[in-house]
Parts: sequence; structure tokens; C-alpha cells
Amino acid sequence: MTAIDRETAIELYRVMRTIRAFEERAVQLFGENKIWGTIHSYAGEEAIAAGVCAHLRDDDWITSTHRGHGHCIAKGADLGKMFAELLGRETGYCRGRGGSMHIADTSKGNLGANGIVGGGIPIATGAALTAKQLGTDQVAVSFFGDGAVNQGTFHESLNLAAIWKLPAVYVCENNQYAESLPVKRAFAVEDIAKRAEGYGMPGVHVDGRDVRAVHAAAGEAVARARAGKGPTFIVADSYRHEGHYYGDPRKYQAKDEIEGWRKQFDPIADARAWITAEKLASAADLDAIDREIAAEIDRSVSWADQGPLASPIKLPEDVYAGD
Amino acid sequence: MQATEARAPVATREMFYNEALGDALRLEMERDPRVIVIGEDIAEHGGAFQVTAGLLDKFGPTRIRQTPISEIGIVGAAVGAALTGLRPVVELMYVDFAGLAMDQIVNQAAQNRFMFGGQARVPMVLRTQGGSGRGNAAQHSKSLEAWFAHIAGLKLVMPSTPADAKGLLTAAIRDENPVIFLEHKLLYRTKGQVPEGEHLVPLGKADVKRAGTDLTIVTWSRDLLFSLEAAAKLADDGVAAEVVDVRTLVPLDRETILGSVRKTHRLLVVHEAIKRGGYGAEIAAMVAEEAFDDLDAPPKRLAGLETPIPYAQHLELSVVPQVDDIVRAAKELVA
Repeated sequence: MTAIDRETAIELYRVMRTIRAFEERAVQLFGENKIWGTIHSYAGEEAIAAGVCAHLRDDDWITSTHRGHGHCIAKGADLGKMFAELLGRETGYCRGRGGSMHIADTSKGNLGANGIVGGGIPIATGAALTAKQLGTDQVAVSFFGDGAVNQGTFHESLNLAAIWKLPAVYVCENNQYAESLPVKRAFAVEDIAKRAEGYGMPGVHVDGRDVRAVHAAAGEAVARARAGKGPTFIVADSYRHEGHYYGDPRKYQAKDEIEGWRKQFDPIADARAWITAEKLASAADLDAIDREIAAEIDRSVSWADQGPLASPIKLPEDVYAGD
Repeated sequence: MQATEARAPVATREMFYNEALGDALRLEMERDPRVIVIGEDIAEHGGAFQVTAGLLDKFGPTRIRQTPISEIGIVGAAVGAALTGLRPVVELMYVDFAGLAMDQIVNQAAQNRFMFGGQARVPMVLRTQGGSGRGNAAQHSKSLEAWFAHIAGLKLVMPSTPADAKGLLTAAIRDENPVIFLEHKLLYRTKGQVPEGEHLVPLGKADVKRAGTDLTIVTWSRDLLFSLEAAAKLADDGVAAEVVDVRTLVPLDRETILGSVRKTHRLLVVHEAIKRGGYGAEIAAMVAEEAFDDLDAPPKRLAGLETPIPYAQHLELSVVPQVDDIVRAAKELVA
């Protein structure tokens, strides 16, 4: 493992902690019936979004998933506008039209969370095609779960990206379940990253709870894409702390698995341990960061809560683009 | 960008429908480097219906981007490219293959702008072709416009003449929204005078292709040609049919249709697609809602039978309206 400098370590920790705090508050607001519909918590998978997006510029693109809050935050989104979206406000990223599953922030290159499993993979491929076509050094990253790897869009897109040498990075967040289906029953192949070989691109398997490992693998893949050397497929093993959606009865998981794996797969606790052990920051420094984040979450929620409700009268405006 | 009214053409040239489409692609690719064409067999082969013939030599393989057979990958890549600054034109070989790509068409292209609260634009054109008449049987012959007309966020164009094909494709490429552009396989080798150089036909404008006073025939695509033939026969029998070519199903030019019906007081809608749930029902209902008092007879629909398209030539001809069927339906309506 290449050593990580202090500044990077602190920033990765801050992003991960912000994602966790956002999810904790979102779940709380959902429990208070302030959020309509459904939310899918990213808690437990923070190291992947943080480690990958650390290498991306604002003009690089990502496509995200139904479990998309973490990618959105790691790509630099404003927390207030995210909460406002969950609360259905005009001030939300999507003015209440999209909600949790469709948050996009095109100003930061986030081409959207996606309610269709595997739906974002071709879109990121198309964004990478734009970069190639226009001769820029932008990169497109597609985040998706283990479930999406068995969609046709995965196959068609990785093949296109490989034959055209597109600047794309495909990141599979293997959180062990496609909704309720365990990975072992969805794949006959042991190592999902091996699928890359079939497309003629590198496949990398990393421990998705270790932000250093994700950061290193993503750094290599993004640099490769930026240099015009083509796409990479990364599989990051992880575990989602909540169910598929918030409130999922989780009948497909044993209780001791949930409790045990939550502890085993906690990238934030792990990061605290190595950051303090390597003396990159003290526990007190990290506690101070946690307090700053908690205050920012409070400020963001209260800003969001003051936003006006989105008006139904304006809905037709966004169906078609004007001229 | 809103297409402006077509200017008086400087010169016209006789072209096939497929040539006219290729002409529009060439001119738009010369005008705007962001326009690319993406699809199967579009390079050396020139496209299954020879619309992109010659474009590879002119623009090279990066702008005439031939793909493997991967319909959802192609359409999805076009969505991503459109979101990030290109203006892709997808060629999907048969509209019957849209099922393979429907998620990217419906859940992504059509809805991204809305779901993102207006943050995004998806300026792409999905060109494809449908219709029966070549013995291609059920999986290569359908008329599926009603699928797309039902989706908020898509525009839907179905040109019937070479000049309209060129002008509407130009307008579709310049539009800021996803446009489904449905051609008809039996129109590609029809000929007509086409304006040379830039030619724009605005989306959302129907065209009265023949004036008349006794009934209004509303139609599109290949059935426009059938309806004009029928109108000529009807004229021999003293019936003056007005023929309205819808051209753009979404957005629909309600005013031209209603204006015609208010003059003739009778409506016949003709389309090749299956009658049940077809777009003719939308037009008939719109006219009944908006112009009921102007009607002297109930709106009438003449459309495809409720079967898949069969293979054998005589069977194929039996399931979609023919010229004589239109004549008969029109006479019943004015009787």
C-alpha cells in the first residue's frame, strides 16, 4: 500500500464522515415522515465514493445509482440542496421532481442517481465518448452495484468502452446483495473482476472498506483513462449497513451477520484507526472534524427546511427544453 | 433551438427519401462538429437503407461511429453523449428493436431533464424505421409510434415526403430534446423535389398536402401517399377530400387539424399501426373534445388489424389499410 499524505487522509475521512452523517440524518427525517417515497442508505460503503472521487475534477463525470447520496457528496454536492430535494422543495437539486433516487448535480459533473439498476452504465460510457470525441482529458466514472453487473447494459457498455478505448472507469460496489439476492447466488464466477478479461480491459479487485486501497486502485484507473489508455473495471467489496431500502425487514439476512459485518465493514472506524496509528491526525482532531460536520448537517437541514415547497404549476416547464 | 419557418428554396433537386435524409445529416455534420451518427452498419455499408451512404468517406469513423449489435448500449451512449455536449443521431435499424433499448429511451433520455429539475438537456435524435410491405414479418414490420407518443419528454416525427424528411431531420438535430424520428421502409425509394442547401421544417407543424371541402383525412408517413392516391380517386367521384399530413405527432399541431375539420365537418384518421390504442384514437378524441359541434358525423378511424404483421404478401396486404380501403371509408363517411 502506498502511503497516503496527511492532507489526503483528512480529506478522505471528512468526505466519508459527511456521507455517514448525511445518511444518519436522512434516515432520521424519513422516520419523522418528512421524506416521501423511499431512501437507500450508503452507510458502510463510504470508502468507495470517497476514494474514487478524490481523483476526479469538477468537469469529470459520474453516473450514480439508487444508493447515490454518497457519490453525490463525494463529487462535491451542496448538502443543503440535497436535503431540500429529499424534502420536496423548490430549492432542491431537482426542484422536487427527482427525490433521493434521481439527484443530479450537473455543475459538478454528476449525471444523476438512477432508479434503474445498470441504467447509468451506458450513460457514463456516452460521457466518455464525448471526452474522446472532443479531445478533452475528462474522465467518466460509473458507479453501480453487484446487481447491475448482471444487466445487459453492463455487457454492452464495457464492450463499447473497450473497443473504442474510452476514458471510463467502471466501479462495482459489491455490497453482497442485489436487493435480497446474495452475490453467491447471482454469480457462478468467484471473482467478479474477472469479467473484465472478457472485454479486454484490466479488472481490479479491492477491499472496498479500505479507503486507501480504493484510492490507490482508482488513482491508477483514472490516470489510465485520462492518458487515453482506455477503461478499467474495479470491483470494491463492501457491505451496506442498512437493508436494500430504509425499513427493509432483511428477512434474507441472519441477525448475527448484520451485527458482525457492520463492525467488520466500517470504513470510517478503520480510517480513524490507521489515521491515528500513523499519527496523521489525533483522535481529538478527528473528533473536531466530526463536530464540524454535525454542525454543517444541522445548518443544511435547517436551510433546506426553510425552502418553499416545489410548485406543481411549474412542472410542465421541465418536460421539454426550450429553445 | 426552435426551427424557423422554411425559407423560399433557392433551388430544388429530385431526390429519393433516403438521399434527402443523408443530405440533412451531411449538412448538419458540416455545420456542427458536435453532431455524430452512431449505429449498426452505418459505415462502409451505408446503413441498412443507405441513408448514411458516403458519410464515412466525408467524416471518418469517429463521427460515423459504427457499433457492435448492442441496441441499449448504443442508445445509452447517445444519451450520455447528449447530456455532456454532443448532438448524437442514433440509427436503430428497425423500430421493432426499440424494445431492446426502451429503458434508455423512456427512463433515461425522455425523463432525465425532468427528473433533474431542468438541469440537463438531451439533444439527440433516434432515427429508425417501421412499417410493413417488404415481407419481413412480425419482428421487422411494426408501426410503434403510439409507444413513443405516450412518453412525456419525447418528441415524435414521421415524415412522408423527401422534402419533409430533410427539413424535419434538420430541425430534429437542432432541437434540444430527444426526438424519435420514424421513417417508413417503403418510403426510402420514393422520389420528390427537395430544397438544396439548408432546409428546415419546424417540428409541431402539420401540412395540408391537398385541399378539399367534403372531409378531412388526417394521416402520416406512408399512409400520406395512400391517402393522396385515394383523394385523387375520390375527386373522380365528386368527393373533395382534404389531406392533412401530421408530420410531427408530438408536439401535435392541433390547430391545423381542427381548422380543417371545422371546414369539412368530417374526420377520417388513417394509419398503418394497429387501431387499438393507436395514435388515431388520440386525434379522434381531440377533435371530438374540441370540435364536436362542427362535426356532421362521428370521427372515423381506418387502421391496422389487431394482429402481428404476417409474412406472405397477400396476408401482409390484408392487415393494413390500402388505397381502396381509404376510398371506401371516405365514401361511407360522406354518405
